Amino acid sequence: MIVSNLETIPGKSITRHYGLVQGNTIRAKHVGRDFMAGLKNIFGGELKGYTELLSESRQEATDRMIQQAQSLGANAVLNVRYSTSSITQGAAELYAYGTAVTVE
Amino acid sequence: MYELLIFLTLLVLGYSFGQIAERRHYRSIIEREQRTLGMPVMTLKTVPQQITRCNTQLVSGNVVISIDFFKKFVAGLRSLFGGRLKSYESLLDRARREAVLRMKESALETGAMVIINVRIETASISKNSSRNNAIGSVEVVAYGTAISV
Repeated sequence: MIVSNLETIPGKSITRHYGLVQGNTIRAKHVGRDFMAGLKNIFGGELKGYTELLSESRQEATDRMIQQAQSLGANAVLNVRYSTSSITQGAAELYAYGTAVTVE
Repeated sequence: MYELLIFLTLLVLGYSFGQIAERRHYRSIIEREQRTLGMPVMTLKTVPQQITRCNTQLVSGNVVISIDFFKKFVAGLRSLFGGRLKSYESLLDRARREAVLRMKESALETGAMVIINVRIETASISKNSSRNNAIGSVEVVAYGTAISV
């Protein structure tokens, strides 16, 4: 499975097109991490726990998108975009979307 | 009186630790930017013409950085009068450069030579708005396509 945020794959041609595929996940942080983040808010600096959490969740959103593409029979997802939005307080939605295609 | 004392302590702690952290972070950013200078990062969508056959891979880097107490206080004061919020500017600058660097580093691991079609996305992460002192932190994610021959 090729995942790319380009519109075409160099050296390959798109033979079939399946339309939009997407994956999302909503995550909340647990209390311990929130507490540490509160402390960090006084001293400044990177919130490593959040960085990890968000990159994990983004990976999960991507995986769901890939799963959807696989179930359609595609072998690539092109023009992938990510977006983040905070839905309720303390939780964030991570969203990945792209176009499922077959390339040869 | 007691509250004022706590407030001042937090302010001093935030200022000293925040400044140290920021200076250290900038040093590491500049050092790593020098080291990864050989890898161009572009927002162009097309592969450079001299490359004919290549592999593509999605790479990304993200970082969450929190503001310190002193900066938040200064920004609060500043928003009374308007003008540049320098303390937030440096926060976002650090976050963006760090995210791009992490993306570059993960691309270097896969042996890529150039990253194209880079997008940078910023989201603010707040704890809870029911309390006034919501966590002022920002997430930046940078992603692009790594090209390796």
